Amino acid sequence: MLKVRNLDVAYGSLSVLHHLSLHVKQGEIVTIIGANGAGKTTLLRTITGLLRPRSGSIRFREEEIGSLPTENIVSRGCSLVPEGRQVFAAMPVRENLLLGAYVQFKRGRREEVHRDLERIYGLFPVLKQREHQLAGTLSGGEQQMLAIGRALMAGPSLIMLDEPSMGLAPLIVKDIFAIVRQLGKEGGTVLLVEQNARSALRIADRGYVLENGRIVLEGAAENLLANREIQRAYLGKDVDAENK
Amino acid sequence: MFQRFRHITALAAAIAAVQLLTAATGKEFFLTQLTMAGYYTLVIIGLCLLMGYAGQISLGHAGFFAIGGYTSAVLTTVDLSAWKAAPAISLLAKSGILTGRADLYGGQILTVHPWAAFLCALCITIVVAFLIGVPVLKLKGHYLAMATLGFGTIIYSVVLATSRFGAADGISSVPAFPLLPGLAVTGGSSQRVANYYFAWLLVTVGMLLLINLIHSRVGRALRSIHGAEDAAGAMGVDAARYKLNTFILSAVYAAVAGVFLTHYNGGIGPSEASIMKSVRYVAIVAVGGMGSLWGTLIMSAVLNFLSLRGYFGTFDDAVFGSILIAVMLFSPEGVLKLDIRSLVGRWIRTDRKAGA
Amino acid sequence: MFLELFFQYLVAGLTYGTIYAVVGIGFNIIYNTTGIINFAQGEFVMLGGMTAVSLHAFLPLPLAIAGAVLVTMAVGGLIEMLFIRWLVKPSVLRMIIITIGVSILIREGALHLWGEGIRSLPYFTGNEVSAIEIGGVRVSPQVLWALGVAAIVVLLLNVFFHYTMLGREMRACASNRDAAALCGIPTRNMVTLSFVVSAGIGALAGCVVSPITQTQYGIGAGLAIKGFTVAILGGLGNSMAAVGAGFILGILESFSIWVMPTAYKDAISITILLAMLFARPSGLFGNSEAARLKEF
Ligand SMILES: Nc1ncnc2c1ncn2[C@@H]1O[C@H](COP(=O)(O)OP(=O)(O)OP(=O)(O)O)[C@@H](O)[C@H]1O
Ligand SMILES: [Mg+2]
Repeated sequence: MLKVRNLDVAYGSLSVLHHLSLHVKQGEIVTIIGANGAGKTTLLRTITGLLRPRSGSIRFREEEIGSLPTENIVSRGCSLVPEGRQVFAAMPVRENLLLGAYVQFKRGRREEVHRDLERIYGLFPVLKQREHQLAGTLSGGEQQMLAIGRALMAGPSLIMLDEPSMGLAPLIVKDIFAIVRQLGKEGGTVLLVEQNARSALRIADRGYVLENGRIVLEGAAENLLANREIQRAYLGKDVDAENK
Repeated sequence: MFQRFRHITALAAAIAAVQLLTAATGKEFFLTQLTMAGYYTLVIIGLCLLMGYAGQISLGHAGFFAIGGYTSAVLTTVDLSAWKAAPAISLLAKSGILTGRADLYGGQILTVHPWAAFLCALCITIVVAFLIGVPVLKLKGHYLAMATLGFGTIIYSVVLATSRFGAADGISSVPAFPLLPGLAVTGGSSQRVANYYFAWLLVTVGMLLLINLIHSRVGRALRSIHGAEDAAGAMGVDAARYKLNTFILSAVYAAVAGVFLTHYNGGIGPSEASIMKSVRYVAIVAVGGMGSLWGTLIMSAVLNFLSLRGYFGTFDDAVFGSILIAVMLFSPEGVLKLDIRSLVGRWIRTDRKAGA
Repeated sequence: MFLELFFQYLVAGLTYGTIYAVVGIGFNIIYNTTGIINFAQGEFVMLGGMTAVSLHAFLPLPLAIAGAVLVTMAVGGLIEMLFIRWLVKPSVLRMIIITIGVSILIREGALHLWGEGIRSLPYFTGNEVSAIEIGGVRVSPQVLWALGVAAIVVLLLNVFFHYTMLGREMRACASNRDAAALCGIPTRNMVTLSFVVSAGIGALAGCVVSPITQTQYGIGAGLAIKGFTVAILGGLGNSMAAVGAGFILGILESFSIWVMPTAYKDAISITILLAMLFARPSGLFGNSEAARLKEF
């Protein structure tokens, strides 16, 4: 579904991703784990056209999307839940969700939009309760759910999530991961970027480890979970955090 | 280090060469516009320091030019002979600050001596620049641009609305500015060559000062402010003070130019304070490449000369507007920086190869 | 007598306030979607007025005004497409200089097209001397036209931004451009649209006040500064507060004639601007917290 080949990305003269390659197949949950500043956000922003690659190719459903503007990438079915949620703070929850359905409205699928809206409210009942509340006044967890809901409203065939657990209480993180897992079960394709490596690898089919802009390891999720190096570098941190 | 002096020597040579060229081709009347272009260049290199090196935009520099010009014009034309008897006035007259001269109609009038007026203009400029600079330089981006634009507009509308400043007509019959015995800043054709050299001498001295400043500790501090103000603050650079001093210095450059150009032209009008003038200064700094004093100097000499000679006709302002847009769209680094340098570099290289 | 004079000044202040408010709103609309202060904002008002006067030579007044608004909207859109659209993350300084350049070009174009003459549209109803009595005060019907049109513009903008899909998309774009793009919204078109909308309302205001304030090629720069003052007074990005701020500035200016020579009127409003910038850049009405929440 998604194929990234030899991607190079730089901010000005600062090169951040080097010859990065990865792929996501239909129906898979793939996770990318890596420390702060590894380049995870940079990668996702480049895939969605918010950043331009210096070189390399990004193919989505057999089509080169590396030079398309963001809105065209989204309308082809590749959605991103951005880091830090980024909901439209001054608008109510419902309007946020309807804006997410922009590409659906464009195709004249009003019916589907209302069905999707009900589905999102089913996934996140709290959003239904807060339907008319301004998004900026929601709690962090609720905003994250709204951000996911908004991305799902576009009816994407691939949804990418950038650190959905960031800054959230463990209980809510659990909810969110449950939702991601459910999306996978329903046949959705997910690319999940996380620092919370253990939880991410538990629900993923495959994983990549990103270090300083390079993929240093890849493999089936259970293999990565069992990998000693990963346990030391990424899961060890997790254990510390959980013991707190 | 040596490069600096090479550049200054080259400037001096160019100044002399242009004069000799006009003499040789019998186009000495060009010197008038070249002299005026010199004074405008003085404003513009001062603004270049502020914009290019300290990173602060000013859309009100014509205001400082006008403060200099109008102060000098008013002081050297207001007749004080009616108050001759007053002790303060007679004291000033005795000390030489006031000077008597014949006016246009042959009557005897008593006015402030140009040198005293000049010092007075400088003081006023410094005070105004300080008072405006302290609050304005706290602002950034659009706010800074609008605030300086606002300052310029205030000066313009005050000049235009005040009869003491001649309102829409401006002030005329400003006397010559005596420099040395036999040498004065005036538009008379007998002093044309001397005035040309004096104007460009000022520019040269101004450049020397700025270049030394840029290569000193102050210059490094300024550049760090331009790069990132917060980082500069963390490094212990007192960004606010450096910005203020730069602002005042560039205002002084503008005021000095204003004073001398007013004496050279024998008068000043409100258009010198207009926003279009300020914008034009900014345009030339932009074309020269923000932060390139030499580029700015060259572009200023060329563009001001062309404009003053009237080559742009009724499209004068439109030309500067187009220049602004074109430079900012296609080459925000300035015109000289990008192409010509590499072109010239390539040309020199191939030339050498050919010679070898 | 005193009271009558008072109301005269008040009405004059309201008239000018209308146009300042509309220019201020125009600033805000573009600022919200792009983060740019469009220094050519005042030029839209001038273009609207001048074009309408020219069109009125062979078209009835309503059509001339409609035509002028459309022409100015086209110019606004064109400006964005030619000079702004394709710049990648331009610096603020660069944008300031470009929009100043654009405003100079429009002004010079107008000078060459229309000359230096002062023009105006005819009064929409009645003429210079006709007046309507409201509670003992005589008010020119054109002032009522101006206020009425301003009110309708504000109302329509509110409906547009809050109750239409397109308006919401523009707000989304203003609130968070990346997030809007991730919803599939073509953000660059929204930016073009914001130029079109603010050009349109500027032109309309230019037509409505033209009989009273008159139009000349050079009025744009002054209006831009006033409009910006209003935008700052109301809090940059807050369109509706600009309306209140516009009237405040118009009235202040108008009453300043009482204590100062008329010629210093412009200096007054700019002094207010400077004072605001130094003391309270977040605006009269907003706190700095709210100023960060951009809203139409
Ligand atoms: N706008 C930018 N300009 C310059 N450098 C940037 C910019 N954004 C990110 N970087 C740099 O690029 C590198 C990768 O950043 P990125 O945000 O992709 O990391 P990340 O893996 O998402 O980290 P985190 O886990 O903290 O979100 C970092 O070194 C960062 O400093
Ligand atoms: Mg990140």
